[in-house]
Amino acid sequence: MSCWQTVQDYSLRSIGIGERLLPKADITLCEQIVLIGSGVIWNVYFGVLALFFGFAFATLLAVGKAYGGKYSQAAAGGFIFLFRGSPLFIQFFLAYEAFILLPKVGLVLDLGFVVIDAQTRWLTRAWLGALIVLFLNTSAYSAEIFYGALRAIPRGDSEAADAYGLSGWRKFKAVLFPTMLRLAWPAYTNEAIFMFHATTLVFFSGFPAWRQSGDALYYANYFADKTFNPFVPYPIVAVYFILVTLLVIFAFSMIGRRLNRHLPSNEITRPKFRFSLLR
Amino acid sequence: MFDCVDPKSLEGLTWLACYLTTGKHMAFYASFATVLFLLALTAPLAMLFGFGGALASRSAVLPLRLFGKGYIAMVRGIPDIVFFLFMPIAIDQLLETVRHKLLCPDVVEPIRRGNDFVVCTAAKLPLGAADQWVHELYGFLLASLSFAIVFGAFAGNTLYGAMQAVPRAQLETASAYGMTQRQIFWRILMPQMWVYALPGLSNLWQILIKATPLLFLLGVEDIVYWARELGGAKTSAFSYPHPDWRLYYFLFLLIFYLMLTQLSERVFGWLIRKTDHGALSAHAARAGS
Repeated sequence: MSCWQTVQDYSLRSIGIGERLLPKADITLCEQIVLIGSGVIWNVYFGVLALFFGFAFATLLAVGKAYGGKYSQAAAGGFIFLFRGSPLFIQFFLAYEAFILLPKVGLVLDLGFVVIDAQTRWLTRAWLGALIVLFLNTSAYSAEIFYGALRAIPRGDSEAADAYGLSGWRKFKAVLFPTMLRLAWPAYTNEAIFMFHATTLVFFSGFPAWRQSGDALYYANYFADKTFNPFVPYPIVAVYFILVTLLVIFAFSMIGRRLNRHLPSNEITRPKFRFSLLR
Repeated sequence: MFDCVDPKSLEGLTWLACYLTTGKHMAFYASFATVLFLLALTAPLAMLFGFGGALASRSAVLPLRLFGKGYIAMVRGIPDIVFFLFMPIAIDQLLETVRHKLLCPDVVEPIRRGNDFVVCTAAKLPLGAADQWVHELYGFLLASLSFAIVFGAFAGNTLYGAMQAVPRAQLETASAYGMTQRQIFWRILMPQMWVYALPGLSNLWQILIKATPLLFLLGVEDIVYWARELGGAKTSAFSYPHPDWRLYYFLFLLIFYLMLTQLSERVFGWLIRKTDHGALSAHAARAGS
């Protein structure tokens, strides 16, 4: 079978398009590269969506923790503590079990003319269930970054906004939020990188790979089991992830440059590798 | 304490007390010690690797520097789970290959035959005849070594950054006073770098704690394994039948981890405050945060 044929069969295998059966014997290098690459689709899907939705929620949490009243501070702080203090792996397991139990407990809404209980079934699927966990997780980590940035906003900036008569929403929109983003951006870049790395956990943590449609590491693990040779599939995953990481760094540094465009070049903080963001 | 001979006749709290003290539950509790043992074993080893990596990436010898930089950079682009899945089997195969070459030099067939990895019986690790506990210990040690290598790379980043953070002028002053490279390292660099490294190492310890459930992926019978095993629904064929309780078992694990991370945060906070007594403290606190 030619490599081009393999690309046609397997390049979209992870989302259920193409050949159903995975290669079993005489596995070629081409098959490994194509199928693992196909799995990357899932990693990108989880990473992009979790970050996209997480960004908004994280901003809300950070504002709640920094400026909220007693209760919203406690709620935001508790949420952040819960998701940053426990392993993502355990969160996946816990969420999966909870999603399984939900319909059994009887969260069935009988509206008289229509019964809504089908939704909870989707929660046990990785595409939704795992996405929710990743979303909550990245929200907590990003919120802590944003919270730190909010507290690091120079007092003068805030007072200048007051002096101009800005307050509430207008002050937040015009002064606090842009400054927060600018200060948080290097750390947030790292959070994004590790978010993509964390997506590899999904299919190893309770969420089943439906019809063997998994992410890059799922297929790499499959090949390592089948060929009993870890020295080919895992380096392939590694290369894919280095590419994803480089792309993330590129995209985020573009945004970072825009956030910092009004500053002289010696005042810009560049991304540095930090650990506080790992799970 | 309780008479647990006939579980079917028990009720209420007595049932629960008997249920929670079965042999399997004892194994579950013991697996918490496995986690703590892994932490105790991995942390110093990872520090050692990290120190080696940081030193190598500052080396004047080019190949050594490249190796060090490559080692500490590898965790930036590649998910740690990839290493956790790759390392144990890779190390195992490397060891067996070496033993195969040494112990069975007369076997001419290649080790890799198609989809098989075949070494002679004498080269197997652990030997086929070994007890079950030897297999388990071997698996655990491989897992610990993988953890140590990966976290060594993380620690290497922290320590490298901390070494770079020590003001350059001080090192140059020491050199101007006629100290040798060795003296500069031990008397100027080493004592000061810890202040810069501590916040990073504190984070690293938290990450290490949060990575311990991944032992489950490496086939070690850890707390995640037992939580799944014990929590699963038990039919009346078992002594203690119950519905699916995995949610509660995982909730218990979650609380365990929350307490562990919270406790270590307190300890490190105290440690950082303690080491911060110094002229550089304000600067150091900023550099590490």
